[in-house]
Amino acid sequence: MPNRSDIQARAARLRVSFEAAGGLVVDPPLLQPAGTLLDLYGEDIRARAYVTTDALRGEQMLRPDFTVPVVQMHMRDGAEPARYTYSGEVFRRQELDPDRMNEYVQVGYEIFDRDNPASADAEVFAMIALQVRGLNLRAATGDIGILMAAVQGLNTTDRRKAALMRHIWRPRRFRALLDRFSGRVELPESRKKLLSTEGPLTGTSVEIGKRSRAEIDARVEALREDATVAPISENEMLALEALMAVRETVPYALEQLRDIAVDLPAITPALDRLEARAAALAARGVSVENLDFEVSFGRTSMEYYDGFVFGFYAEARPDLPPIASGGRYDALTRQLGQGAEIPAVGGVLRPDLILMLEEAQS
Amino acid sequence: MSLKLGVPSKGRLMEKTFKWFEKRGVTLSRSASDREYAGRVDGVDGVDLVLLSAGEIPRELAAGRIHLGVTGTDLVHEKLPRWEQQVEQVEPMGFGQADLILAVPQSWVDVDTVDDLDAVASAFRARHGHRLRIATKYHRLVREFLTDGGVADYQLVDSQGATEGTVKNETAEMVADITSTGETLRANHLKILSDGPVLKSQATLWRSRSVVMTDKEKAALKQMLALLRGEA
Repeated sequence: MPNRSDIQARAARLRVSFEAAGGLVVDPPLLQPAGTLLDLYGEDIRARAYVTTDALRGEQMLRPDFTVPVVQMHMRDGAEPARYTYSGEVFRRQELDPDRMNEYVQVGYEIFDRDNPASADAEVFAMIALQVRGLNLRAATGDIGILMAAVQGLNTTDRRKAALMRHIWRPRRFRALLDRFSGRVELPESRKKLLSTEGPLTGTSVEIGKRSRAEIDARVEALREDATVAPISENEMLALEALMAVRETVPYALEQLRDIAVDLPAITPALDRLEARAAALAARGVSVENLDFEVSFGRTSMEYYDGFVFGFYAEARPDLPPIASGGRYDALTRQLGQGAEIPAVGGVLRPDLILMLEEAQS
Repeated sequence: MSLKLGVPSKGRLMEKTFKWFEKRGVTLSRSASDREYAGRVDGVDGVDLVLLSAGEIPRELAAGRIHLGVTGTDLVHEKLPRWEQQVEQVEPMGFGQADLILAVPQSWVDVDTVDDLDAVASAFRARHGHRLRIATKYHRLVREFLTDGGVADYQLVDSQGATEGTVKNETAEMVADITSTGETLRANHLKILSDGPVLKSQATLWRSRSVVMTDKEKAALKQMLALLRGEA
């Protein structure tokens, strides 16, 4: 294992190269207010982040990543366009695997720019690829925006689309919802019973708690309406399944996706963006012909990303987490921006893993 | 050193534990003063009785400060991450049965499954501006269960007692709690979701995996287990 001072020295060198590219150095506090992170990620974050408290500020979290505080800072008082860089420790609570590190250094580079998202995507990817070029890593890329566009374009109700969008990052739950909305699985008995009853249903029981009778009646009404909606067609389902399975080098992936777009025309703008990004990557010297692209990449682990996503992996060391990863998070700026928003993309590197791989090489 | 057996220090759980051992030829008794948490073991040589709160027994087993301990499955699963590596189940004891369940107000006629709960949590958050609150003391078990079920937009609020009352008091929208008959839940106008329970629990005798034993302790353990399993 590389020692801490070597890791810090490498982190500093990486950061200097991001500064040279125009990154303004930022250094968010180690302790973050827990509320923001809980509102974004839900209770699940408690399994992954250390929580501590004091009587004055309530719950605080040891920063589990930089992106959220950097976005908050930019949305509060950032100039436009902006490039940021940082290096420092992040903390990840581990409950299941004692071999996983609970504290490590990340160095990152983030771009907030409205003008040319394809070029910003390519810049972040190419900058990070440059730092790891000697390590023989496999780069994987994806684009969550394609699946999102496909869902938005489905021939079904807004309510069903919203339910699917909400679970884009939970593939199993997403699958279960699709199966139900396409009529592939039967409704549970309790739902059938509810639907077979007419009129208001909340009359008899004692009303307790904050969820009101009106809210319950409204959902019953929504369920009754939903029961009359036609299932998502087999044709759309097959196209969606083909879409989620696309895993190819970028040019072949684009070809397959253009074919799928015949049945899912709503993805066409997202494919145009993918094509523009591929051109921007090629212009920066990335060998796009050999770059892997998976439509479902990043769906289990990268929940705030909503466009381009990427990771760099050491294929000889499948036990290691990605050496670098990142993506586009436009929606996050909207959520944290209190009305404002700006397209943003960024990525992080792990200097400890880089050093470890270099040691193994020599 | 003697083999250390940890048992719950009070209440029905203690009484039933004493009876269970008695039936198998091991007599546990508290010292004459009811206030003193000390006791003795007769029927097996070289065993000390350690009286503890049931909630502390998992931790003591994991730390190897006791060799054997009696406590509920719920507490072991909640308090010990990767419990299988820290303790081994010796015998389920057939009492203290209880399920960890999710319960919502009976007036929620539209909610029966975890799937319903997720949809309601989403609507609730949009309407009330905060996540749907679930009162519980079983944070880890409930969180893992809901993550597995793909539920989002909920919040766990800590409740160490009188959990069923939190909904009426509007400090939570629903509860996750241990129940054996469901009577308290019904009395508080709550109903159980059908796709549970989160966990089925009962009083169980556990053995610590993290303790190195002397020959004398090993002999005592062997004698004790033979008696308890009716092999002596």
